[in-house]
Amino acid sequence: MRVVLAEDHALLRDGLTRLLTAHGCEVVMAVDNGPSLLPALVEHRPDVAVVDVRLPPTFTDEGLQAVIAARAEVPGMPVLVLSQHVEPLYARELLSDRTGGVGYLLKDRVSHVAQFVDAVRRVASGGTAMDPEVVYQLLARRQSPLSALTAREQEVLAQMAEGRSNGAIAGKLFIGEKAVSKHINSIFTKLGLPPSDDDNRRVLAVLTYLNA
Amino acid sequence: MNSRDWIRDGLRAVLGGLLAIPLAALNLPLFALAVAALALSLVPVLGMLLFPLVTLLIRARADLARKIAGHSGVPIARPYRPAPERAVPGGWRYYKWIMTDPATWRDLAWLVPGAAAGIVLGALTLAVPAYGLEGVLLVPLWIWLGTGWYGYGAIWPFETVGDAFLSLPQGALILAVGVAVAPHLRRFDARSARLLLGPTRNAELRLRVSQLTVTRADTVDAQAAELRRIERDLHDGAQVRLVSLGMTIGLAEEMVEADPAGARKLLAEARETSTAALADLRHLVRGIHPPVLAERGLDGAVRALAMALPIPTAVQTALPGRLDTPVESAAYFAVAEALANTTRHSFARNAAVELRHTGSALVMRVCDDGLGGADPAGGTGLRGIERRLAAFDGTMSLSSPPGGPTIVTMELPCASSSPKIMPSSGTA
Repeated sequence: MRVVLAEDHALLRDGLTRLLTAHGCEVVMAVDNGPSLLPALVEHRPDVAVVDVRLPPTFTDEGLQAVIAARAEVPGMPVLVLSQHVEPLYARELLSDRTGGVGYLLKDRVSHVAQFVDAVRRVASGGTAMDPEVVYQLLARRQSPLSALTAREQEVLAQMAEGRSNGAIAGKLFIGEKAVSKHINSIFTKLGLPPSDDDNRRVLAVLTYLNA
Repeated sequence: MNSRDWIRDGLRAVLGGLLAIPLAALNLPLFALAVAALALSLVPVLGMLLFPLVTLLIRARADLARKIAGHSGVPIARPYRPAPERAVPGGWRYYKWIMTDPATWRDLAWLVPGAAAGIVLGALTLAVPAYGLEGVLLVPLWIWLGTGWYGYGAIWPFETVGDAFLSLPQGALILAVGVAVAPHLRRFDARSARLLLGPTRNAELRLRVSQLTVTRADTVDAQAAELRRIERDLHDGAQVRLVSLGMTIGLAEEMVEADPAGARKLLAEARETSTAALADLRHLVRGIHPPVLAERGLDGAVRALAMALPIPTAVQTALPGRLDTPVESAAYFAVAEALANTTRHSFARNAAVELRHTGSALVMRVCDDGLGGADPAGGTGLRGIERRLAAFDGTMSLSSPPGGPTIVTMELPCASSSPKIMPSSGTA
């Protein structure tokens, strides 16, 4: 798996490179600033981009802007955004092109190496990996279109937003896989997502979730 | 301004002119009273009592004039010095306070010219529309009265019925001009009053200094309290967790040979602790300066705030770009506090935030359709917003009738002379 990495702190950049390399990824390029990120992404077209939101020179949200621009040029380029904090606003912007292969995680999650590498793989293969913190912030809101969902369905949706497969959700919630797919179908119905060949209904559900 | 506003303002000004005449006339007996009191001030005791009392009357009249001027868009600040401590009417301190305040004498000097200006301008405000109205109503009147010798406007005397009908357009024109000019006349009156009723340069500076002293003290207090809170949070939160983290890792290091399974458990524990420490720090940072505010400025931060609210909140912004960091921060926390009040107390179903830059000030409006009846005296939230804004000479006003809606309007003066340009999206 080929990875482009963007992180301004040398310590974290080296650590991430080491971590990814140890798990069979090839870091084709590691940049430490915003302006060189977009050309790097467009040139190397990595299997996944792992990018810090805040980068020099202005230390605002250049990383995020760069990956959004990169996805406009290379549709569906899988990106995993890391940040010291998570903001539902950013998650929504990341998902707004309605294609998969998006992750948005707190930097702390890197310490759970296995889970982190799993998230990287999932994003590279077109899935989502939303930080539980984003999901938690959204669940904290009381009134939303999601209030039509039962408590169990909300749990399933939260797991889906984090990017888990049906099997993984079944394991996590201690229910059968059949029950999971039943819940998911019910969620799709309630959120007004008709069945289609498009595999991205999961992403759309997450997006509805973020827009709620 | 549309035509309805124009007519409404004009009519209000005409009505103001009508009120101004008797009010201005009131100045003359007040002046006579003041002269009499001054003459009697040579009489012991009585003089010391009488003149301050008359002054209070004059001040009430001057305050009314200031209030009326404020309504016609010419704010006039109260120039009086604050009463000294232990000053009682009839006492020497009180007498000295009244006598040495230049504003006392400026009020006195205003009474007669103020009366003249009020009566003349008031009459003018009334007379022109009245004459226009006469022209509009003249035809039926003229036919009814049947007077042969009469005229209006440019036509003296009317010879035929056709002449009489010409008074109609003339009257309408004069009425329109009268209504249009009336607000300007009221403003002119207010401006002339400001010459004597407003604070002198000196008094203005003194007012400013006392205001700055208060807001600076508040700001310093708030800063100190904030630093104490941060220190305590770091000391009791992240610092303790990091110490325990080091301890756990040290223990695991010792155990790794003898009991690898136990060591592994300790390391997992250490990782949990590090995650908790990071969460503490994140929480702390959010309270000091929210990262989204640093990254996106006020616009993005308020949008993120609205997204996190439990009720649907519309956000409308018109900002020239990034504002100065301290202003941005004060504005953000003021809006956040206002929205927190909304969700906590109002039982609103919808809320709205509007941010606008007028060129000289940032205007923030937070509305909700809740119960209303909010009162700054009721809690610490609204007072806190006031103090936060006062540090920047900002103001807050509240409209919250029982039954709602509640509208909090906050203003922060900030010139847009050097707007910071946002990095254009997509090219960073």
